[in-house]
Amino acid sequence: MSSNFGSMPLRYRISIDREQCMECGRCVENCPYGVFRWDGNRILINSRNCTACHRCVTYCPRDAIMLQEQPCDYRSHPVWTRSVRESIYNQARTGKIILAGMGSVSNLPIIFDHLMLDACQVTTPPTDPLREPVELRTYLGKKPSKLEFRQKPNGDVELSTELTPNLMLETPIMLGHMSYGALSLNAHVAMARAAKETGTYMGTGEGGLHPGLYPYQDRMIVQVASGRFGVNIDYLERGAAIELKLGQGAKPGIGGHLPGEKVSADVSRTRMIPQGSDAISPAPHHDIYGIEDLPQLVNSVKEATEYKKPIFAKIAAVNNNAENVAAVARSGVDAIAIDGFRGGTGAAPRVFRDHVGIPIEVAIATADKELRKQGLRNEVSLIACGSIRESTDVIKAIALGADAVYIATAALAAMGCRVCGNCYQGLCSWGIATQRPDLVARLDPDVASKQVANLIHAWTLEITELMGAAGINSIESLRGNRDRLRGYMLDEGLLEILDVKSVGA
Amino acid sequence: MCGIFGVMDKRRQMMDGSGIREALSMMNERGSGEGAGYVAYGIYPDYRDCYALHVFFDKACESKAVVDATLEQWGTIECDEAIPTCDQPNLKANCTPWRYFFRPDASLAPGSASPEKDVVTNLVMQINAGANGAEIVSSGKNVGVFKASGWPEDVADYYRIEDYEGYIWLAHNRYATSNPDLWERPDPFNLHDWSVVENGKTTTYGANRRYVESFGYNCSTGTDSEVIAYLIDLLTRKHGLEIDLAIRALAPSYWDEIDRMPEAEQKLNRALRFAYGSATMNGPFTVVAANPDMMIGFTDRGKLRPMVVGECGDRLYIASEETAIRAMEPCVESITRPAAGEPVIGRVAP
Amino acid sequence: MAKQVKIDAKGVHYTPLNQQIRKAIEDGADEIVVDNVLGQRFIGNGLRGNATIRVKGVAGGDLAMFMSGPTVIVDGNAEHAPGNTMDSGKVVIHGSAGDAVAHSMRGGKVFVRGDIGYRGGIHMKQYETQRPILVVGGSAQMFLGEYMAGGLLLVLGLDGAVKAREIGSGIHGGEIVIRGDVDDACLAAGAKKLPLTDEDRARIAPVIREFAADFGLDAEPLVKANYTRIVPASARPFAGKYTWE
Repeated sequence: MSSNFGSMPLRYRISIDREQCMECGRCVENCPYGVFRWDGNRILINSRNCTACHRCVTYCPRDAIMLQEQPCDYRSHPVWTRSVRESIYNQARTGKIILAGMGSVSNLPIIFDHLMLDACQVTTPPTDPLREPVELRTYLGKKPSKLEFRQKPNGDVELSTELTPNLMLETPIMLGHMSYGALSLNAHVAMARAAKETGTYMGTGEGGLHPGLYPYQDRMIVQVASGRFGVNIDYLERGAAIELKLGQGAKPGIGGHLPGEKVSADVSRTRMIPQGSDAISPAPHHDIYGIEDLPQLVNSVKEATEYKKPIFAKIAAVNNNAENVAAVARSGVDAIAIDGFRGGTGAAPRVFRDHVGIPIEVAIATADKELRKQGLRNEVSLIACGSIRESTDVIKAIALGADAVYIATAALAAMGCRVCGNCYQGLCSWGIATQRPDLVARLDPDVASKQVANLIHAWTLEITELMGAAGINSIESLRGNRDRLRGYMLDEGLLEILDVKSVGA
Repeated sequence: MCGIFGVMDKRRQMMDGSGIREALSMMNERGSGEGAGYVAYGIYPDYRDCYALHVFFDKACESKAVVDATLEQWGTIECDEAIPTCDQPNLKANCTPWRYFFRPDASLAPGSASPEKDVVTNLVMQINAGANGAEIVSSGKNVGVFKASGWPEDVADYYRIEDYEGYIWLAHNRYATSNPDLWERPDPFNLHDWSVVENGKTTTYGANRRYVESFGYNCSTGTDSEVIAYLIDLLTRKHGLEIDLAIRALAPSYWDEIDRMPEAEQKLNRALRFAYGSATMNGPFTVVAANPDMMIGFTDRGKLRPMVVGECGDRLYIASEETAIRAMEPCVESITRPAAGEPVIGRVAP
Repeated sequence: MAKQVKIDAKGVHYTPLNQQIRKAIEDGADEIVVDNVLGQRFIGNGLRGNATIRVKGVAGGDLAMFMSGPTVIVDGNAEHAPGNTMDSGKVVIHGSAGDAVAHSMRGGKVFVRGDIGYRGGIHMKQYETQRPILVVGGSAQMFLGEYMAGGLLLVLGLDGAVKAREIGSGIHGGEIVIRGDVDDACLAAGAKKLPLTDEDRARIAPVIREFAADFGLDAEPLVKANYTRIVPASARPFAGKYTWE
């Protein structure tokens, strides 16, 4: 049965400046969504298919293509916004849950942008990072809360505390978990190379580990999610660390489905499921139904890998975040990644993406505070993730209490992603979020890895400069150092929760 | 910036405060005349077994009753009296310095390895955190802090420190940046055994404060030296670190240096940075600290603040400037300027 | 001659116990007998090879998790999730087992003579030649084969009626075979019943015979018995739930 909605207003309009256009056809070749086609020697446009991926704009040699967003107005209304109305039309037509790609689009204030950083002026000197060392080296994992010593027969004292395995990062920026399957192999290889080059680590996501990534396995954090895709003892042993995914910021409380059409032969091999079968990650781990089951899984993984690797857990930031973090910190994990509500995703129900969870800034601040209060801060490292957009977000997250961050959307953007949010279509024109061989081939891992490494390198330099200006020469002196932040136009309640003073105070 | 000074006699020979007053005033260019302080060990031999509590009362008539009642809950007051003072024209007294000689009830900290110090620590935290018009400025046995807003000479004369004899003295000439009127703000800071004077300003106050506060300390004044005193107490008394390791935890080596160390040393230094990353002090500082058995001095690892060490017979001096040492010991035998990462640790003969 | 190693687990924490088992396998043991087991977790966890581990007592949680090859035989009951995310090898439990038996198992066999708890065979999955098999001699509880994505789950109901309800909720691969009839009301969304064909019976017969042999049962009446076969209604159970933004 058809609906009476007819054609919905265009989301984007593509136009070609015909005076500039030389009919080279690169737009036709580059657009995988079918916006352009030849009609004789003229290029026709179907703007309805456009996703604003910018591939055509980028590859037009004459800058002849222009994209306009929302070219057709609705009657403006502050309550019945365009997005509200379009969602209603969509659901009235289909009767289904609306899925959407990438992170939250809700227009809520971003706390990071309301936190100002400190710099030294007269009472303390800034550190000049060109001249003096500024240490960004970060160790992730359990740390002793105090040290034990024993006396040797000759009277010398030696350390008897054994340190548990930690990951050593040259910079507190890691590449977050995005699965092979959601992303192409070339995207994964590019990020893995960048991780190796910059002395950091990359998450596999829950799609297993493709043999093409084995050369970089000592830079990979292998993820164990509720679907256990690709998880066996070889996989666990290959990783530098193992992450148990308990939740995701973009969709707290629910699992995920990789649709069967994305389960290609190669993806099926790394996930160890039949080709074309849906890959369903249930909402919970079905062997964790109570908090006491979590240490069972943690210890099981540790027993299987003989206590040689740090174990991480990733949770979504929700209301009782502090309690969740303290509970996980007691489970024996070595690090906890907290994913804020703006975290990205290949696909999530729109209502979850835009309405469930709390901001990462708050989650990190409350986690750090609660762990200190309960004497657990050295038990785990904290990793902030979910919309870390630039180097200042990194430094602010650390000052609020994180040890390191995961970046994901930012890394995709470094490879060319325009954040069009159509990952779920599997037609990513940049070769990032697709399995179609011709599209995957567009992403040259050599070039893309350099770009990701450049981004990490540039942020690292900026962090070094900002730390130097604040007179801080080691990253652990920044961690939880909220006195070096000030809140600008944040309300009193939020400032108290963040344990940050207002500007001027 | 501030000027600091410390002197210790290794054989516990007493020095009266006049020489220290002289030494500190040599560094008046480093101060602003809005704060100075002294601390001396060995000054109360008659009450050597009592904890001497130096307290500032905003209004003695109101605050003293609160402190008396609190002390009586935690132990026994052997004696209490106003600290003798002598009005100075340039000092504006806004509080009443008082002292108690106090015996804590060790049974109130059951299971502790150092119950008396736990009781005193709790007491100090409780009174200093409360809005009760009372601030305990020192709390150790046979030790006392004397400080006020003013130039070193005026503060010394106000307390008549030449009347006190001690075998370790620390002193601080303050360049005020905030609350110039508060008498409890200049260094030294003291918590029972440990006293601290600092030149500089760390960039890690917030991180360090949150760290010590997670162990039950309560930082009420917002100054570095308070946090440093608590850090040293925590690391040495509660965590059992030898003082050299405690200093290394507070001012650790760079990772590059650690990477080049022999394996056992590397392991130790890595463990220290792992365990005490949040206790690490960053930014410019020279710290001189003392307890009844030793005087120590150390700087930040970038050596952003000066530290001069003098030795003469049984005397060990640590100061911001050589002039201060020579003011007290014109014929000092050796003057050195230790590098960053080379703490000075002088111990009193047992 | 097969090399046997005996380990006394009395009062031993699972970490040193599992280290001893691992060591014994590294030293070439073919059979390891672990006496006095009382709830030690993770026995056989992540082990490779083809040794046999005989567990005398009650095996703790996550027995044989991530195991890849060995055989574990339990003379007693097992707690939560034996065969969890197991890769290959075999687990034989002479007693009963707790919830989430064979959770996310991707290969090998788990045989339980007695009953299993809730969510048995949840999210079992197969890939090419790897096809996990869970056989239960007694009964299973609710959510049997939930999210099942591959393999064979066989419940024989030797000790009375099978109690499972909400069978095959979200199943999108593999098959659940239950002796006797299964009421339609016991099937969950996404699961459908099919009669057992001769071809199906030929496929499960060797599994029944192996199970019977392991527990000293008479196989042939079981091979010939009446079975209900439950399979996914679709390989894409949730495909119709969503629309794109």
